Amino acid sequence: MEGRAIPTSTSPLLRFRESYGYVAGFRTRSNLVYRLTSAAALNSPAGALAKTRDPQQETSQIPRTRGSRTALAPGTSPEIPSNQLVSQKTKEKNTGIETSCDETAAGLVDQDGRLLANVVASQSELHARFGGVVPEVASRQHLLSIQGVLRRALDESGTEWEDIDAVAVTNGPGLAGALIVGVNVAKGLAASLGVPLVGVNHLAGHVYAAWIAGHGPVTPRMCLIVSGGHTELVLMDEEGRFRMIGETRDDAAGEAFDKVARVLGLRYPGGPEIQRAARDGGRTESLPRAWLRGTHDFSFSGLKTAVIRRARQDGIYPPPPEGPPWENVAALAREFQNSVVDVLVKKTVDASARYGCGEVVLAGGVAATRRSGKPWPAPRTCPLPCLPWRCAQTTAP
Amino acid sequence: MKDNFRIHSMQITLESHATSTTHEIGRTIGSKVVPGDIVLLSGSLGAGKTTLTQGIVWGLGSAEYARSPTFVLVNEYDARVPVYHMDLYRLDSFEEVDGLGLDDYLYGDGVCVIEWADKASSYFPERHLSVFIRTVSDEIRELTIESCNTELHSIFDALGRIGASITGSA
Repeated sequence: MEGRAIPTSTSPLLRFRESYGYVAGFRTRSNLVYRLTSAAALNSPAGALAKTRDPQQETSQIPRTRGSRTALAPGTSPEIPSNQLVSQKTKEKNTGIETSCDETAAGLVDQDGRLLANVVASQSELHARFGGVVPEVASRQHLLSIQGVLRRALDESGTEWEDIDAVAVTNGPGLAGALIVGVNVAKGLAASLGVPLVGVNHLAGHVYAAWIAGHGPVTPRMCLIVSGGHTELVLMDEEGRFRMIGETRDDAAGEAFDKVARVLGLRYPGGPEIQRAARDGGRTESLPRAWLRGTHDFSFSGLKTAVIRRARQDGIYPPPPEGPPWENVAALAREFQNSVVDVLVKKTVDASARYGCGEVVLAGGVAATRRSGKPWPAPRTCPLPCLPWRCAQTTAP
Repeated sequence: MKDNFRIHSMQITLESHATSTTHEIGRTIGSKVVPGDIVLLSGSLGAGKTTLTQGIVWGLGSAEYARSPTFVLVNEYDARVPVYHMDLYRLDSFEEVDGLGLDDYLYGDGVCVIEWADKASSYFPERHLSVFIRTVSDEIRELTIESCNTELHSIFDALGRIGASITGSA
């Protein structure tokens, strides 16, 4: 083994971080402290501009990760909760841009956080034939959509470009190529208007979106972020400060839905398809639930394997020429969904009890899933049907 | 050159009766690989590709759980050397794989572990270790590990010892 040449080129992710000056983590790590990042951390001309224009906003937060490989902009200084960026000014209109995955979105809020416009261009039909989001396709489509989406957000809210007082943008984690589009548009917009630029962690965005529903912050609060790429329990112990206390050890819940849907002969995206099939599920099936006691972590890989095993026994997979028996598909879909939701609900409720949380936030596509015949405890869907994901907010028992 | 590779090709087949054994096999691979090495994994849905990857990442000195990269396509872990964990599950053609720009990872400074590598096996450099995982029954998996890269052959001695201990205890 000795004497082997070790390639010297740096990792693409590192190079990416260096070039773009922000963290585009492909995955999040345990015990990671998420913080909203602000203009200086973006290390952009717009960031510098923002600093010179408004001295109050010179302070900023930098993303911190456990490791040392975080993009740190030169001259970053002390921390303030990012929402002060909003509260320090009056008569303000702030725009937010999101392109982390397969939806191009732009929104406008006033200084009280009231939503003035929220425009989303979904690419899900474009990706359906691939059975999932294809990064290259996503970034190209973002490029095509972003200007129209922004324009429409302005029109809907009766805003002109010059009326924008700050620009916020999702700066990761997400698909690198997709994030670049939104971040560069935001940088350009902020630079040309001479307004502050705020980089927002994608997951923090999920959590903070619950605020738009009109209620004030309650801390500590427990956030379950559950989507195609994430299954994470995030504790928000003070405003702007997040601590990951549990995450999946193998498959994300949404990914398990997509893969099980494929095994059951259902279409992509798997979540709604499985939910639809589950309604016809009469017969009782039995699938395991991975509790991983003593931790707040999740595991869905064993469940996926168990479904594949049952699907083989029930003549569903590999699909027979005449198609799989619907009764079996429905029963398995129902039990699979119940298994996932049982684990998500119990672990979230347990964790929120342990940390004394007054509130639980559910975010991400899978949060829209209901256990058959039994909804999430006391659900209240956010009055924002146009958001790309749905979130329900509940009060912990 | 081709013949040369064939002559030096090594192969071992191990039977795993538990997730912990698959982890152990992964750990052994992880303890032997160095930057620039590529591990190609193939096997049906639920065979244990991510499980094996977890072992490899632990063998490389990280305590992190490798998670399925199906959705994000590439995961990165901070181990003794960077580990790039990729997944071609959602891709169907050579062109799609080519369009991902994996070269930066494959010829980079880390260890690459690629799930569903059989979707584009001709895409990868010849210097790699390939692992085929076959689902024998609910609990049992058969792992066939193969490499024509002579520099990776020390892995086979270590794997042979695991094989002996599995046979001994079974």
